[in-house]
Amino acid sequence: MSEDKYVPESKLAQWFDSRLPLLTLSHHLRGYPTPKNLNYWWTFGGILTFFLIVQIVTGIILAMHYVAHVDLAFNSIEHIMRNVNYGWLIRYVHANGSSMFFLAVYIHIFRGLYYGSHKPPREMIWITGLIIYLLMMATAFMGYTLPWGQMSFWAATVVSNLFGAIPLIGENITAWLWGGYSLDNPTLNRFYSLHYLFPFLIFALVILHIWALHVPGNNNPIGIDVKKNSKETMSFHPYMVMKDLLAMLVFILIFFGFVFYAPNFLGHPDNYIPANPLVTPEHIVPEWYLLPFYAILRAIPSKLGGVIFMFASIFILILLPWLDSSKVRSAAFRPLYKKFYWVLVAMVILLGYLGAKPPEGIYVILARIATTYYFIHFLIILPVLGRYEKTDPLPTSIFDPVLDEPNIVDKFKKTAGEYEGEKVDTFK
Amino acid sequence: MKEKKLIRLNNLLLKIFFIAFMTAISNSSYSDEGKIELIKNDWSFKGIIGTFDRNSLQRGYRVYQEVCSGCHSIQHLSYRNLSEKGGPEFTLDEAKAIAEQFEITDGPNDEGEMFTRSRRLSDKFASPFPNVQAATIANGGAYPPDMSVLVKARKGGADYIYSLLLGYEEPPAGYELDEGIYYNKYMPGQKIMMSKPLFEGSVEYSDGTQATEEQLAKDVTTFLVWAAEPHLEASHKMGFKVFLYLIILLTLVYLSKQKVWSRPDLKEDSNQKEETFDKVERAATEYEGEDPKTFR
Repeated sequence: MSEDKYVPESKLAQWFDSRLPLLTLSHHLRGYPTPKNLNYWWTFGGILTFFLIVQIVTGIILAMHYVAHVDLAFNSIEHIMRNVNYGWLIRYVHANGSSMFFLAVYIHIFRGLYYGSHKPPREMIWITGLIIYLLMMATAFMGYTLPWGQMSFWAATVVSNLFGAIPLIGENITAWLWGGYSLDNPTLNRFYSLHYLFPFLIFALVILHIWALHVPGNNNPIGIDVKKNSKETMSFHPYMVMKDLLAMLVFILIFFGFVFYAPNFLGHPDNYIPANPLVTPEHIVPEWYLLPFYAILRAIPSKLGGVIFMFASIFILILLPWLDSSKVRSAAFRPLYKKFYWVLVAMVILLGYLGAKPPEGIYVILARIATTYYFIHFLIILPVLGRYEKTDPLPTSIFDPVLDEPNIVDKFKKTAGEYEGEKVDTFK
Repeated sequence: MKEKKLIRLNNLLLKIFFIAFMTAISNSSYSDEGKIELIKNDWSFKGIIGTFDRNSLQRGYRVYQEVCSGCHSIQHLSYRNLSEKGGPEFTLDEAKAIAEQFEITDGPNDEGEMFTRSRRLSDKFASPFPNVQAATIANGGAYPPDMSVLVKARKGGADYIYSLLLGYEEPPAGYELDEGIYYNKYMPGQKIMMSKPLFEGSVEYSDGTQATEEQLAKDVTTFLVWAAEPHLEASHKMGFKVFLYLIILLTLVYLSKQKVWSRPDLKEDSNQKEETFDKVERAATEYEGEDPKTFR
């Protein structure tokens, strides 16, 4: 499909395409061969692209009305909510869009973990994806500061104070980040500037992410290599486009449920109180999508240790293609990995739950257990599993599992045997 | 052997997780025990096409004006909002008349002098105090919060505000209260510096509605919900339309997808079945030396 040389029909298009091959690119994207057995967990890449664009478009409009100043930021948001035409809609789409963006990215990442999409030859897809995820967290964190409400201010204070844990130069680094000796107007201004910049970096990385994807092609639920342009693949358009679109609409339906009927459900009420450096909120919590990391941070008794473990919990994922030594990609053929995978999912959810709780008593103990398990999973279980796990036999084609029920060859052999009156075993 | 050990380890981990999670959850419900259930109300603005009760909003404004506005500002509302769609919908003249009751310092004029004039529709609501510090000192050290987004800034939202207004009662025996501090069972910590604001007949309703304590609380809460989210009705209306649109679109996309995916060139797995079948047949033929066609 995409392998053959593409020549546009009209002379004008040929002239254009030989100078700037956008039409060839579009032809390649449409004809890009995708495995036929991709399930709905594979539609989240498209959903994420959609949300990136939604966030950029709504963000640019919000930036036309927002004022990045400690005395005016909170009021400018209220101005958007009340006086700007459909400002309430644009802001609620932007705020809830970030939550949906993260929900989709978590599903996308855990899908990759389950089906072994990080394994050779897809390491660069995995790593570019993780850099996107890191940038997303930085962008979301800085965006959360912009309304300059109580949670904005205090969450930003907690996070920027983390850098103070670095020995010797920590204090200097925090002062450098703040642009002063406390979180104030210079900080808000630079956060705003970077919050505007980062989405475009993400956009560029998404292009690299897709580019890296188009080299080996998609992984699939079976995890075996498919032959490109064979009967095992189909062109991206219209098949995957239609499937992506369907999944996207279902996701958008949920998204608009939040936007129109519970726009503040995922936010914190304290962020509707203007920032006050003299009053600390009872519990300082980040947005829900950062809670697992917050739990890890607080699980470690020392501040510096907490910071190290929190960052390590993300960076460890970059090493994953080399830590997970099993040659088999899909968990469908790894009975043990499948179980450990769900334990990991449970632990991450537990960490998220604990991140929202005060750091005292049983919560701290549980957070320590879950944190320990998180690291054990990646550093010990995965390398060991790759060595000792007895994996199920891999099919030779993505269609084989379909044939398994009941095995058509056996069935045929049996009938043949009956027909012949011969012993089935000798028949081969 | 190693397999079995790993399975045992896995089962152990799952058990630990389960116990941990159950402890965490039971623990959290334990710590919530001290909390009191808010009074739940049937708000007309809840639900998919929920709208404000117009009369309740107008009465709520009166309650705010006559009771709350002595201490609490609503600095993000303008008088024009009172006549806008989806709000109390006073007529333009009524809203103008309301605005004119209040004065504002404007200027400087051509002589460089500041001057006072009555407020217009485009002006913001008049605040009882010039600044936060003045409000704080006048209220014994507790700043009466601005009510613009108060409903959104409190856990429990409308139900919380409603409950708080009705939650004043005598403190339990032996409960010490300082001068100027009151007992309210819905306030976190049960201590509040606002004295009981609403009493039966605090406000005289002109539309004949009985001004009971509950009615006053309900009306003013409705007003505050609108003040915090003036476009709530527009949001519900648009949400309903968006859902209708999306459901129709979803159906069409679903049908198109089914159609596209049923194209014959996509049904390769059935071809594949044939292929396997052919393969076995071929093998059988080789074995038998027979014509495959007769073999079935």
